[in-house]
Amino acid sequence: MENNELIPAEDFCFYHNIEYSFINSLEDSGLIRVTAVEHHSYIPVDELQKLEKFVRLHYDLDINLEGIETINHLLEKIDEMNQEILQLKNKVIS
Amino acid sequence: MDFVDYYKTLGVAKNASAEDIKKAYRKLARKLHPDVNPNDKEAHKKFQQINEAHEVLSDPEKRKKYDQYGENWKHADQYEQARQQHQGSGGFGGFGSGGFGSNFGGEEYTYSGGEEGGFSDFFESLFGGGRGRRSQAKYRGQDYNAELQLLLSDAYTTHKQTLTINGKNVRITIPAGVENGQQIKLKGYGSPGANGGPNGDLFITFVIKNNTAFRREGNDLYKNEDVDLYTALLGGEKTIDTLSGKIKLKVNPETQNGTKIRLKGKGFPVYKKEGQFGDLYISWDVKLPTNLSQKQKDLFTELSKLST
Repeated sequence: MENNELIPAEDFCFYHNIEYSFINSLEDSGLIRVTAVEHHSYIPVDELQKLEKFVRLHYDLDINLEGIETINHLLEKIDEMNQEILQLKNKVIS
Repeated sequence: MDFVDYYKTLGVAKNASAEDIKKAYRKLARKLHPDVNPNDKEAHKKFQQINEAHEVLSDPEKRKKYDQYGENWKHADQYEQARQQHQGSGGFGGFGSGGFGSNFGGEEYTYSGGEEGGFSDFFESLFGGGRGRRSQAKYRGQDYNAELQLLLSDAYTTHKQTLTINGKNVRITIPAGVENGQQIKLKGYGSPGANGGPNGDLFITFVIKNNTAFRREGNDLYKNEDVDLYTALLGGEKTIDTLSGKIKLKVNPETQNGTKIRLKGKGFPVYKKEGQFGDLYISWDVKLPTNLSQKQKDLFTELSKLST
């Protein structure tokens, strides 16, 4: 379900004490969506959880953008595989 | 509550430099961070442990206190008082191996909560409450995960259930067709946010126990039904149970063992698509008669001669 609520990117950066350039880099690499309204950048609420995860990976664990992309890709793959395992388990159990 | 060896937790020597500690922490954190180990409770617990060890060993003052009192942490305050009283007199020297070090063990080493960054009782006892990194920031609360057990027959219809979450009663609607392992999100029912941040969410995973004679695959249901030899050979009718009631099925003459028939729309409801159902597949298991009478045997023999 799409949530149209938007958070000013500036506020997010202020609260998390991070540079806007980091959000910019994430957007450039297609990891998050940022919406522009009248020359201001906003983060859709749906993207918040993902963005906070990337902030933690970068600032807490010192992982660079390339690393975040790789981790994100692998996590998505794990998620897909878990779904597949679950479906197969359901097939076996039932 | 046991003594926690923070050096051991981070895998560094007692004389490790601040740089070594940072490196060891980073290495372990990358491996155990909850973001890279989703739904792995063991990794989450270990992450809390290394976080706590880092919290102490990366702070020179805390590290000093930890090194000074070591295993005698329970009596750190007493020691501190005694030290102040004896300051200058040069008379205090008996702490450590004498009376305080032996009353550990037996108690469980527990963490104060399930939240990320939670600290052990040992830590709380020695240093008081913990602090987080980038502590000025508003943090969204941690998400909670819970399991809800359902019977397959319950999942067949849309129904409401009342759950108690953190003392609050929450009435949720469980749509028909929910699958085993499926997750729903209750926004804002997770852990409270820090520094005014929003609450986390509650993720409920459905664990569905099959209490029916049907096998479920997605929205389709499967069932084997017995049919006697004579009905299978000559055709007839058979009444079978479905999840929506009994139905009468026609058995075609000369039905082979394992023949499968599809009953369109008699399967499981499609999740959040009202009025849509999967299909029900019935496989006929032809049962051969046993304990034949002499007359039956003679007739079957006659039949066998006819068919050769």
